[in-house]
Amino acid sequence: MSDAVVENIKMKVVANQLPEDSEKIHSMAESPLHHVDLASLAKQGLQEGGVHFCEKPLMGLLTLRCHPSAKQKTAIKSLLGVALPMEPLTSATKGDVTVRWISPDEWLITLSGDKAFDLESRFQDKLEGHYSLVNISGGTTVFELSGKDAMNVLKKSTTIDFHSKVFPTDKVVSTLFAKSSAIIRRLDEQRFELVVRRSFSDYIWLWIQDASKEYGLVVDA
Amino acid sequence: MLHIYCPHCAEYREEEEFHAAGQAHIVRPLDPDACTDKEWGEYLFFRKNPRGLHHELWVHSAGCRKFFNMTRDTQTYEIKEIYKIGEKPSVVDSSVPQEIASGAAS
Ligand SMILES: [Zn+2]
Repeated sequence: MSDAVVENIKMKVVANQLPEDSEKIHSMAESPLHHVDLASLAKQGLQEGGVHFCEKPLMGLLTLRCHPSAKQKTAIKSLLGVALPMEPLTSATKGDVTVRWISPDEWLITLSGDKAFDLESRFQDKLEGHYSLVNISGGTTVFELSGKDAMNVLKKSTTIDFHSKVFPTDKVVSTLFAKSSAIIRRLDEQRFELVVRRSFSDYIWLWIQDASKEYGLVVDA
Repeated sequence: MLHIYCPHCAEYREEEEFHAAGQAHIVRPLDPDACTDKEWGEYLFFRKNPRGLHHELWVHSAGCRKFFNMTRDTQTYEIKEIYKIGEKPSVVDSSVPQEIASGAAS
């Protein structure tokens, strides 16, 4: 097939994985920790402790892969509202959109779940050239660890140096958390975000409970 | 535990984030059909096992998932240098065959 023919095919290759009515998302989709019933744990469990845990369920996660040209960078910036972070291990946030550097040709974009399809569609309409944008929302979930001992839990679970001198706010690392893969980002001095695989989320939740025991674990709904 | 510098992430990480992917600079024969069985077999299966300097391919499997090269002393485990795919090693041993020493292969 020649390039000219390919250009003429206007095909919609993005499919919405969620119901049109965004209100329905929470009645139709279950987060990977649905069975844990974090809302009840938040009421019944400790109200004070060194470590706070919450899940950010059903977020929209998109993996962007490309070697962006100057033109593509401009287009991506206008689509996301924020420029692609080109510096290794950095991230950029604008509103509810966060873009994380994952590798020299890969970025992880997160935004609220009901806006992912819209962003995918706009990429398809506006971004030209060679790139790939894949919705990975269904395979991942997002946790947040905070509190004065959150860093101690991370130290027990990873080999990363989290001292603020080498791990400032907005830094991102892809690493192993308790031997399972995780993308960890610092939100502020005492808050960290973990993007983990859906199939490992229950294991990581159990691990976090165990690792936080000595500090007191507070579940935030 | 080795402390390994990833040239893509531009920082040191623990060995558990990496996988060794064998000998570096192995060039696929340009015309496999023209290879003798011996040449093809050596390309597929035969690897060096030096005592001393070795050029290895590593992958930052739990991090950026990119490959890079490493010159390592297999006797002392000392990492002599890290260099990206396509670059030439600067630390070379006289016992290393010429096509590697000259960096002809990627
Ligand atoms: Zn890396």
